[in-house]
Amino acid sequence: MGRFVIRRLVGTVLVLFAVSVLTFLIFNVVPNSDPAARMAGKNATPELIASINEEWGFNDSLPQQYITMMGKIFSGDLISYEGREPVDERIVEGIPATISLCIGAAAIWMFFGILFGYLSAVRAGGWLDRTLTIVAVAGISMPVFWLAAILLNYLAYETGIFPSQGYTKLTENPLDWAYHLVLPWVTLAILYLGFYSRVLRSSMLDVMNEDYVRTARAKGLSERRVMRKHVTRNSLIPIVTLFGLDFGALLGGAILIEKIFSLNGVGQYAEEALANFDLPPIMAITLYGAFFVVLFNSLVDIAYAYLDPRIRLGESAQ
Amino acid sequence: MSAEPLLSVRDLRVGFVTEGGRLQAVDGVSFELAPGEVLAIVGESGSGKSVTAQTLIGLTRSPNSRIEGSVRLRGSELIDADDEALRKVRGEQIGMVFQDPMTSFNPVYKIGSQIVEAIRAHRPETSKAQGHERAIELLDSVGIPNAAQRVDDYPHEFSGGMRQRAMIAMALALEPDVLIADEPTTALDVTVQAQILALLARLNRERNLATILITHDLGVVAEVADRVLVMYGGRVVERGTLDEIFYDPQHPYTWGLLGSLTRMDRDRPERLPQISGAPPSLLDLPTGCSFRPRCPHEFGRCSELPGLEARLADAPSHLDRCWLEPERKRELRLAEGEIGLEAPGR
Amino acid sequence: MAGVPADPNLAAGPASSPWRLALRRLRRNRVALGFLGLFVAIVVFVIAAPLWADHVAHTGPNATHTLERITVGGEKRDVVNPEGKPLGPQWFGAGGKFFLGADSRLGRDEMVRLMYGGRTSLIIGVVSALITTLLATVLGLLSGYYRGWTDSVISRAMDVLWAFPVLLLAIALGVSLAIGGLKIGPVEISGGSIWIPILIIGFVSTPYMARPLRGEVLSLREKEFVEAAVAQGAGSMRVMFAELLPNLWSTIIVFFTLNIAGNMLLEAGLSYLGVGVQPPNSSWGTMIATGNDLITSAPLLTIIPGTMILLTVLSLNVFGDGLRDALDPKSKVRFEAHAGVAATGAAGTEGLEELGR
Repeated sequence: MGRFVIRRLVGTVLVLFAVSVLTFLIFNVVPNSDPAARMAGKNATPELIASINEEWGFNDSLPQQYITMMGKIFSGDLISYEGREPVDERIVEGIPATISLCIGAAAIWMFFGILFGYLSAVRAGGWLDRTLTIVAVAGISMPVFWLAAILLNYLAYETGIFPSQGYTKLTENPLDWAYHLVLPWVTLAILYLGFYSRVLRSSMLDVMNEDYVRTARAKGLSERRVMRKHVTRNSLIPIVTLFGLDFGALLGGAILIEKIFSLNGVGQYAEEALANFDLPPIMAITLYGAFFVVLFNSLVDIAYAYLDPRIRLGESAQ
Repeated sequence: MSAEPLLSVRDLRVGFVTEGGRLQAVDGVSFELAPGEVLAIVGESGSGKSVTAQTLIGLTRSPNSRIEGSVRLRGSELIDADDEALRKVRGEQIGMVFQDPMTSFNPVYKIGSQIVEAIRAHRPETSKAQGHERAIELLDSVGIPNAAQRVDDYPHEFSGGMRQRAMIAMALALEPDVLIADEPTTALDVTVQAQILALLARLNRERNLATILITHDLGVVAEVADRVLVMYGGRVVERGTLDEIFYDPQHPYTWGLLGSLTRMDRDRPERLPQISGAPPSLLDLPTGCSFRPRCPHEFGRCSELPGLEARLADAPSHLDRCWLEPERKRELRLAEGEIGLEAPGR
Repeated sequence: MAGVPADPNLAAGPASSPWRLALRRLRRNRVALGFLGLFVAIVVFVIAAPLWADHVAHTGPNATHTLERITVGGEKRDVVNPEGKPLGPQWFGAGGKFFLGADSRLGRDEMVRLMYGGRTSLIIGVVSALITTLLATVLGLLSGYYRGWTDSVISRAMDVLWAFPVLLLAIALGVSLAIGGLKIGPVEISGGSIWIPILIIGFVSTPYMARPLRGEVLSLREKEFVEAAVAQGAGSMRVMFAELLPNLWSTIIVFFTLNIAGNMLLEAGLSYLGVGVQPPNSSWGTMIATGNDLITSAPLLTIIPGTMILLTVLSLNVFGDGLRDALDPKSKVRFEAHAGVAATGAAGTEGLEELGR
């Protein structure tokens, strides 16, 4: 187990390294991305640009610039090009909003997704199944920002039922916190809900046809017990693993939703930075996001091993 | 042999409604099982043997299945029994073992806990500890070495043969009087097959365990069966004692099955005789005798479905479904190269 | 529920090829066929763009009519009123001009834009899906078949791409390339070309298809027919392309269909953020962005293009599902947008929905 963890750690570091290099290259090997010119602004003079280049180290070689930037990330000294703000502070500020969004939406989509999936599976082929399926597939077939815009328009702008933007800290005012998050939660949840209900349905149908379910019935277990202990337990395995991956990816910031609802989370910061070609925050956020993806990837592998003894103990060559 | 059969199946019919139409998997199967008897049901894939077996304990009940006929266990009817009654029968009165032990055990639970689960489903007053002890005993009784350790292993940690033994142990955990074994050796190596059959034979002897053995392999049948049921296209085409079937088979299909066995007491043939053609589609059975398209001896009368009857004066329990006169059958049988074994003293 | 024995003896009749059987199954699936019909209708709709533009609306997708007025039932109406609000849907009131109204202050014909924009969205979706499918198939075959080093390298590369929050990567690439264009050797693509989003999306979607394909190759290669081919002296290339690939076709076709759906959503997102399709081109995504500014006064401008995307993606998803059920009713390999573990788990998915976030 120890060796496994170590290999994983090394792998993680390598992946993050590759991600950072790739990001760096994308933004530096592209024309029209002269940060000094952008920073100098409208009244740029050649001297101003030159001094900016000097001050910010843009005259250094690319590898050198890369090393410097990575150093600053880890020492917490990273400053953005645009606005010259400390990047880490802004990220930390944005985390609560992003996490609140993720957790709330996840709770909604998992609850309904599993419920709908279960109902669809046990009444497979029936009208309920068909209806839920269409609803589910519709949910995952729409652009999330479009859904957000529509919900905003009809539930916020026109009727004022919900606020249209902003994020209130949980600690300040829990009710207000939730109030501001309802629309974002629902929008995000609809996207994943359909997917998870379909996954569970499919998984349950597969499991219900497995030989071991037949054996369970043949030995005289009650239908309830068969469903609970044999069908559900095995059907949830893919759900758990997928959830881990989705959630991990989401923690990096749900760019579109945060932007539309002005939640000022990490995702929104990312979008602004990208629009401004502002490499330092882009780099930091990308690494932050990638870190969570990789972390949850590993957690999922571990969870999977725990849930399925065949993986844990290795298939015996029988 | 007591007068009252343990299990009595009358005119069992099982049909499925599928995309392609109505599929009649079992079409009027009848037989009886006496206590302690081993009945083998033989046939190709698609003959309906597995469906018959599974229907006995109601495993084929589903929205698209149509089940008719009668299955009586010690007189009580199972076909229309309610779910709870059926649940009680399963495991406690009739145990069942399936073909592929790898997929028939739940991979995420230990073997021991799956056995304990079976026990506690019927004897809820059993504690987990007691159940665990009993599981070890059971594994031991089927010949699994180191049972006390292995009881906490997962299914994939067992070898194929051991898994099947564990499956048998689980099926017998509540000491049922009947064991249904659906192709128990098909998924195993030949050497392991022999061991499992020996185990089944031993269990049958020691516990007077009535056994229904489903198989496509006549070699298996010869080892352990008392009586044999030959199925084809969802119907029984021949029924008799082991001796009757092997020494004096009456149905051309049975001849085909026997003829295709390799024999150690004879020279190797150039080619193994085969039964030409393919099993019939259960969606579209031919009229009359369903074996007719493949039968080298078919004649006019075969367009009418033969009944399953005893046609030999001196063997009232030997039934077959073939219009050919018994004399003619004997001629053909011997002409084909003496299909069937040479009965001692005949 | 034990149900039917695994394969009801369909030994009847001449041996039907798996493709014909699949076609039969598909034909029975009314819902899937219905949605295929919807998709075809949408394609016809966008193909008819020039016809509508020339003969009904008498204008082009980028022609502005800000200061003009049209006659509807004797009455004259501003295309864009003094407050800047564009005209609402006229349906056939003006003979088909401004059928769906004007799109913004620029006074462009929304219906014409919808049709032309649809072309862009569909072209990007389909072509990028072709690219993804091609790349994913090759990579999946190579890494699944060779394993060892090749697999390690390819899988690690896929991991890296996977680790990038997808939208972030696509946006990053979009931002970079949309401005400056792409220049690789002799090939030069300007920043405004729709090839940029096509390539970006095609590239970014690849790991999500390559992984499950690799998984399937891994399990296929253990089968006897591969052993048999190798024993007959078949080289790696032959095994991969003549033995493994034919068995992957049904999976590939399904993935391709679902990928078009996912890619269209991704394009919409990128275009909405301004880093996908660039003016003067437009797509349904850019139209939503334009409409968004006027959402309170003219919600239809947002609702309509979005609905088109929804209908198109929905039909592709439902049809793709139906295709999968027809080709392999017991299929366990699913287009996992997320499979981070080696097992091609028994889970269903309908495309790269996560990319829509």
